[in-house]
Amino acid sequence: MAFSIYKYASPMTFYGLAGKLIPWFAWGAGILTVLGLYIAFFMAPTDFQQGEAYRVIFIHVPAAWMSMFIYIIMAFWSAVGLAWNTRLSFMMSRALAPTGAVFAFLSLWTGALWGKPMWGAWWVWDARLTSSLILFFLYVGIMALWSAIDDRRRSDRAGALLILVGAINVPIIYFSVKWWNTLHQGASVSLMKSPSMASIMLIGMLVLAIAAWFYAIATALTRVRGIILERERQTEWVKELLEKI
Amino acid sequence: MQWASWSAFWDMGGYGLYVWGSYGALFFLILAETFFLVRGRKRTLQRIRRMKNWEQQ
Amino acid sequence: MLHFLLTVIRRDLLLAARRKGDWLTSQFFFIMVVSMFPLGIGPEPEMLRRVAPGVMWVAALLASLLSLSRLFAEDYRDGSLEQMLLSPEPPVLLALGKALAHWLIYGIPLLLIAPVLGLQFGLPADVIGVLMLSLLIGTPVLSLLGGVGAALTLGLRGGGVLLTLLILPLYVPALIFGAGAVDSALAGLGPEANLSLLAAFAVLTLMVAPWVAASALKISIE
Repeated sequence: MAFSIYKYASPMTFYGLAGKLIPWFAWGAGILTVLGLYIAFFMAPTDFQQGEAYRVIFIHVPAAWMSMFIYIIMAFWSAVGLAWNTRLSFMMSRALAPTGAVFAFLSLWTGALWGKPMWGAWWVWDARLTSSLILFFLYVGIMALWSAIDDRRRSDRAGALLILVGAINVPIIYFSVKWWNTLHQGASVSLMKSPSMASIMLIGMLVLAIAAWFYAIATALTRVRGIILERERQTEWVKELLEKI
Repeated sequence: MQWASWSAFWDMGGYGLYVWGSYGALFFLILAETFFLVRGRKRTLQRIRRMKNWEQQ
Repeated sequence: MLHFLLTVIRRDLLLAARRKGDWLTSQFFFIMVVSMFPLGIGPEPEMLRRVAPGVMWVAALLASLLSLSRLFAEDYRDGSLEQMLLSPEPPVLLALGKALAHWLIYGIPLLLIAPVLGLQFGLPADVIGVLMLSLLIGTPVLSLLGGVGAALTLGLRGGGVLLTLLILPLYVPALIFGAGAVDSALAGLGPEANLSLLAAFAVLTLMVAPWVAASALKISIE
């Protein structure tokens, strides 16, 4: 079995595999988004406390989840790349970062738009909001570091190292912001009143979260194919491939 | 069906700005990312092809 | 091993003693940034006392970043960094020694200037003591974490700004616990909890950051 895993760790085979997978994930993301939006707008009832404004939650929570998950996956690939020196893992974490940054930005944006009607303020220095902001800064810093280093090998490894340092730091940052928040104003807002959430809302949110997963996978695979082509352009298989398409 | 009319749907009980502001940003960013991905792929292919032709000369 | 560490530190101290302008710039940067705040927010003593901990700590972060971008730059340019990395001594000690030297050169003077600035902001004497203690525990964290950033951005165009972008988010816990300690001393709550958390973060950084900085140096040099 190990053989097949190693086979797909080579950029050439992975290029083909990714090409086959992308349409499935892209269509899956599209269909699930339509389904999720239908649940969010036509099946989920109006929340008796928050009115219609709570419908922002359907995309806010998946975006916030994704921004964290994608960072964890990037950290995983970075660790694998640094430990075993596998080219593909660096490419994967590079391909994931822009999508992660998009989701981090969306979680901030939708959080502000949900917070305004709920708390009467676009922004509060709440533990979750603040640590999401810092996560977004981390994404920006990582991408800035990648683009600043021309040498590919150094760029890959330096970025991976920074991602791992960030991964150690993010939980500490979250804890420290939470600590800071309890010391200062008592604006402890419970973001999600879980018990009062109807199950249909939860289902809609989960459907949209899965759609976000599929979307992230589709975009990352597309991006990784571009990176593979660029980096392997001297090889025979890319030259042959160019004849065909 | 819980919306009396289309205008009630767009109004979102007075929260239209917030709800549509969020969903609008989501779709704008997703479409933008998709657009840049497709364009990026085309450009990568073009660039590699040009380099290959240049090397063969 | 200890000998190598001391050599690295002594070498940097000697170099710094020869180039006084470099480290004076950073100290005056700290003083000036802190002095700008009363001009920006007004001279009411009550308000100045409230914002003093945060202002001093943020200024300390910025001042450390200003000097950190040069941490390895000279040695990189004249090739001595590569020589030291190729030597049989472990690179961890090199990274640790560099960070400690940076702390001695930039952190300690900051510690001595801070009380004077604290008086300008009307902080009571015992709170100034806490401020110094928090800076004593906190500034090594800034040097150690900043060393990682300096190693990652070694020799890059616009390395200084990039360093700021990479490292400021990582400084957040130190800022929160450090300024928080002074804040709670001001409020009469006792700074112990914040100071212990700051110390815990400092110990963790001391255990992790030199290794990361050493591998970052190896990545940047090869």
